[in-house]
Amino acid sequence: MSEIHTKAPSGENWAVEIQDMNKWYGGFHVLRDISLQVESGERIVICGPSGSGKSTMIRCINRLEEHQAGHIFVDGMELTNDIKKIDEIRREVGMLFQHFNLFPHLTVLQNCTLAPMWVRKIPKQEAEKAAMKYLERVKIPEQANKFPGQLSGGQQQRVAIARSLCMAPKIMLFDEPTSALDPEMIKEVLDVMVELAEDGMTMLCVTHEMGFAKTVANRVIFMAEGQIVEENEPHEFFNNPQNDRTKLFLSQILNH
Amino acid sequence: MSTFVSKPELPPPASTVGAVGWLRTNLFSTPSNVVLSVFSFYLLYLVIPPFFDWAFLSADWAGTSQEDCTSGGACWIFVSRRLELFIYGFYPTKEYWRVDLLFALLAVLFVPQFFDAFPYKKLFGILLLTVYPVIAGVLLIGGIFGLVPVETGKWGGLMLTLVLAFVGIVAALPFGILLALGRRSEMPVIRAICIGFIELWRGVPLISVLFMASVMLPLFLPEGMNFNKLLRALIGIVMFQSAYMAEVIRGGLQAIPKGQSEAAEALGLSYWKSMGLIILPQALKLVIPGVVNTFIALFKDTTLVLIIGLFDVLASVQSAITDPAWRNVSTEGYVFAALAFWVFCFSMSRYSQKLERRLHTGH
Repeated sequence: MSEIHTKAPSGENWAVEIQDMNKWYGGFHVLRDISLQVESGERIVICGPSGSGKSTMIRCINRLEEHQAGHIFVDGMELTNDIKKIDEIRREVGMLFQHFNLFPHLTVLQNCTLAPMWVRKIPKQEAEKAAMKYLERVKIPEQANKFPGQLSGGQQQRVAIARSLCMAPKIMLFDEPTSALDPEMIKEVLDVMVELAEDGMTMLCVTHEMGFAKTVANRVIFMAEGQIVEENEPHEFFNNPQNDRTKLFLSQILNH
Repeated sequence: MSTFVSKPELPPPASTVGAVGWLRTNLFSTPSNVVLSVFSFYLLYLVIPPFFDWAFLSADWAGTSQEDCTSGGACWIFVSRRLELFIYGFYPTKEYWRVDLLFALLAVLFVPQFFDAFPYKKLFGILLLTVYPVIAGVLLIGGIFGLVPVETGKWGGLMLTLVLAFVGIVAALPFGILLALGRRSEMPVIRAICIGFIELWRGVPLISVLFMASVMLPLFLPEGMNFNKLLRALIGIVMFQSAYMAEVIRGGLQAIPKGQSEAAEALGLSYWKSMGLIILPQALKLVIPGVVNTFIALFKDTTLVLIIGLFDVLASVQSAITDPAWRNVSTEGYVFAALAFWVFCFSMSRYSQKLERRLHTGH
């Protein structure tokens, strides 16, 4: 597969900007001095050992977790305790979860139209049309009237992608989207994610799928113990790691 | 080489199928089970035929007074003569039609809920919860639209029991939901208030709540301010039951995986929208058994209003029993009261099972 490394034009407005962010869980210092700038249209893959704070970091971006020090800016707006700002930011940021988190009491179509109807106040007909369009894009339009419990894991995650896309977000966060799937289903989800990347979506992806990183990422970030240890474009990252910790991690995951 | 010959298909041994088979497996399988079964049949033989004889075969059904209860069985004449007291309490006879109309309306709105094919179920359900209480209030209290006012002190019997239970149930559920949400809130003041409320009302017996509401409240209120007794009882019952309801619902809320509210938040849904559209529908479905249990307990707890001088169906049966015109009719009276309660509680139980089966579609 050809590697997609086209960089979006840089400007003053970062899609996501994190300045010296620190976070504690009680007494435990989970994120230490995180600084990151993401341009619009960039694809970032974040990798690292468990407990390194990768999921916590991206969950801070849509305020599923609160940071105690430093600043986070999403699309120019700062993330503070202001509920209105938080809701505005959440409308522009879509999120995929490891365990899909579809709403089991609603059909696939209702899962997709719920937020557009209730948050963006889009009328039902229009919301359903858009939902069908996105379900076709993730290649499961025929499942529209089924319940999530009737679908396979890969199908559920694709519904979750469609559900997020229905809100027309500018940024998508992926929290280990394929970790709960078996190899065949991983491919179907990754294919959809690659298409999203080709369409210019800004993506921050926590994943262990290094093949995806090599294909699609503009930058790979390695985190350990709550800090960003190294970041680089994929070719350099995988072939020429600068930090010992990175070398150790890569040797563990690439050798089997 | 041999050819395959199918062995003949035989029926199973006679002692393992049919009624004989069922008896052998379920009642007479081991010696100790045989003993238990024989003993149980003996107990049933001691209890059921005499009861059946008393209640139906030897009973007196028609007549006008104690003198007509000549056979040794149940004196149902007592029930039929005092039935109006048991159902309407002291409601004026001329205005019985108002209560009858409400009973009929209740049946019309509630009974179709049991039938799957009925198209207007949802509409009837909403009417039952919103329009019906208003109509009931207007019809029972009167005073407007040319209706004779009937003060609440005259209400009694089954009608009063249903008023107490219906208002209690319809008010306790939303109030309980709010308390449960408040108890799980991250705002310390709200959480403290909800915990305090729940622990206070759960910590005292309902009878003392009613007693305090009825006897002690007037001592604290300024002179001349008179709080309607029925209203006091209703408030006490609703407060009490909401505390129980809150804990049942909180159990359901805790069972919903955190990922559900995270996904709702990530989509931009506000707290109330995610509660109303995502979390509560799932949580309430989970706790239907607990909620209906609380409703049934509430229904039976309404008998405690006797302590404050309100005559529900049990109290009116008791007062009729002490009437010197009827002797030895306590059994008949209590059997009637028990039957009345059983009919309503069992209906609620069946409806809840139906609801659970219907809501299981999909997942």
